[in-house]
Amino acid sequence: MFFSMPDQSVAVRLRGLRKSFGPVEAVAGVDLEIADGEFFAMLGPSGSGKTTVLRMIAGFESPTAGSVELGGRDVTRLAPFERDVNTVFQDYALFPHMSVLDNVEYGLRVKKVGRAERRERATAALRSVRLEGFERRGPAQLSGGQRQRVALARALVNRPRVLLLDEPLGALDLKLREEMQVELKELQREVGITFLFVTHDQEEALTMSDRIAVFDRGRIEQVGTPAEVYERPSTPFVAGFVGTSNLISGEAAKAVLGRDGTFSVRPEKLRLALDADAPVGADEHGAIGTVAEVVYAGAATRFVVDLDAGGRLMVLQQNRDVSSMEVTELRGARVRLVWNRRHEFAIVP
Amino acid sequence: MNLSRGARLALRLALALGLVVIYVPLAIVLLNSFNADRTFAWPPTGFTTRWWSAAWGSSGVRDALWTSVKAGAGATAIALVLGTMAAFAVQRHRFFGRDTVSLLIVLPIALPGIVTGIALNNAFRTILEPFGVGLGLFTVIVGHATFCVVTVHNNVLARLRRTGRNAEEASADLGADPFTTFRLVTFPMMRSALLASGLLAFALSFDEIIVTTFTAGAGVRTLPIWIFENLFRPNQAPVVNVVAAALIVLSVVPIYLAQRLSGTTSTH
Repeated sequence: MFFSMPDQSVAVRLRGLRKSFGPVEAVAGVDLEIADGEFFAMLGPSGSGKTTVLRMIAGFESPTAGSVELGGRDVTRLAPFERDVNTVFQDYALFPHMSVLDNVEYGLRVKKVGRAERRERATAALRSVRLEGFERRGPAQLSGGQRQRVALARALVNRPRVLLLDEPLGALDLKLREEMQVELKELQREVGITFLFVTHDQEEALTMSDRIAVFDRGRIEQVGTPAEVYERPSTPFVAGFVGTSNLISGEAAKAVLGRDGTFSVRPEKLRLALDADAPVGADEHGAIGTVAEVVYAGAATRFVVDLDAGGRLMVLQQNRDVSSMEVTELRGARVRLVWNRRHEFAIVP
Repeated sequence: MNLSRGARLALRLALALGLVVIYVPLAIVLLNSFNADRTFAWPPTGFTTRWWSAAWGSSGVRDALWTSVKAGAGATAIALVLGTMAAFAVQRHRFFGRDTVSLLIVLPIALPGIVTGIALNNAFRTILEPFGVGLGLFTVIVGHATFCVVTVHNNVLARLRRTGRNAEEASADLGADPFTTFRLVTFPMMRSALLASGLLAFALSFDEIIVTTFTAGAGVRTLPIWIFENLFRPNQAPVVNVVAAALIVLSVVPIYLAQRLSGTTSTH
């Protein structure tokens, strides 16, 4: 610490991080910088290495190679209890033999914080997750959403440099999950702590985070803001995993776009014209096809269209003026898909 | 499962019959301990507590009871320490021969007591006697510990499997060093399993007779051995009956407590 000025603005820095379990390489070289105060998501399918990276930051796994820095300090060789991070575990891992209050006070208790201050801070933490009045309950007497809040309070009360969240909303039902997404975001703004969370849910990552790292097979495929990752995916994997990929390639690309290569257009960028001869603007592309499938989903409808030039595209349309009766009748209709050229992007295979 | 009325009735009858076969003889022992008639004539002619005071007054019974308590406590203490350590080793660490070790720990409970008894008897006499350690209370305790370890090991292992490492990881994550984690998290979560298996181990040791016969020297007499020795002396019969009745009560209590302990914690 005396020899180099630690870079205070970087909360987490990973350099060449690798982890093998026997012959399996779970993490195959990860470099990443997360700024102070960021809400950062590690997104990927199960087995992509994102949870292993989180566990190496927390200190539960030691890397096979590479280093972990927290606030500019190398913590690669430190035990979990020597690191200034706290974790919200996927199954919450509350202590079953302690009350809610004792759970939340635990971190302060083992750091020898005085009883009065402990009580005060734990109570404040419980208030911030809207759980005042639950102090004396046991974890077994709480609902899933309440346990999750206790786990949050238990971690945040320590004011860690970084809060790690491992699939924090995975065990909650849809309604509660959507509520907690908003709450987590608000909470993070309030406390100003760096949140680093792991999820396999692309929507969760898009809605909550400042930046996203997309993981696949132990590597980071792309790092960027939600808009960058969604609008400009840099690999076919990212295009497919974040949203619907809608690829146009080979002969179809040549016929429709007049170019070689593989291209992608997001379903909501496509306009469905019921007239196959509908005009195509100068800055637009169009393709004629037949509606193969119609999926009515209340607020919107998904159309699957087989292109005459080959391939199939998914179209998402708001049901602004139409009802389910009208859209389902479109199966088999000849249509023209029209989109603005700036919404199509080349994919590096 | 839905069953026909007839089937339900038949199953209930079978259950009742099974319980009757097991518990009526035990009830008769209890009743007879208050039977005024020395020959246990049935139905009892009168109620008496004479046999209970006779048993209490018998120095043979009191010595045997005290020996049994010491043997049980000793065996339970050894079993708690070794069984817990073995369970942690098997559950928490990977090492060469782990499955074999696990099997070898559990095996003694399946071995016939007479085989364990003879084997221990031989071993003690050939190995310990040259060092001046003869058969006695110590060898009884070691003999009982061989199977008491199994109950502790199995109970603790089941608890470790169920609780997993999550709580311990959470504790480390919140800043607790390994010793603090053990004190505040691991041990409290194990406590009821340890208590339950300790009670079971004590109960196992308390009524053991086969291994005891082979490992106790001439001067050491546990309660079951005392019963066996006095069983065929007609004038001791009422006292033996009282001791048997007392043993029933003494064994039921720890088993009941052990079951309640493991029952309440499994609802977490």
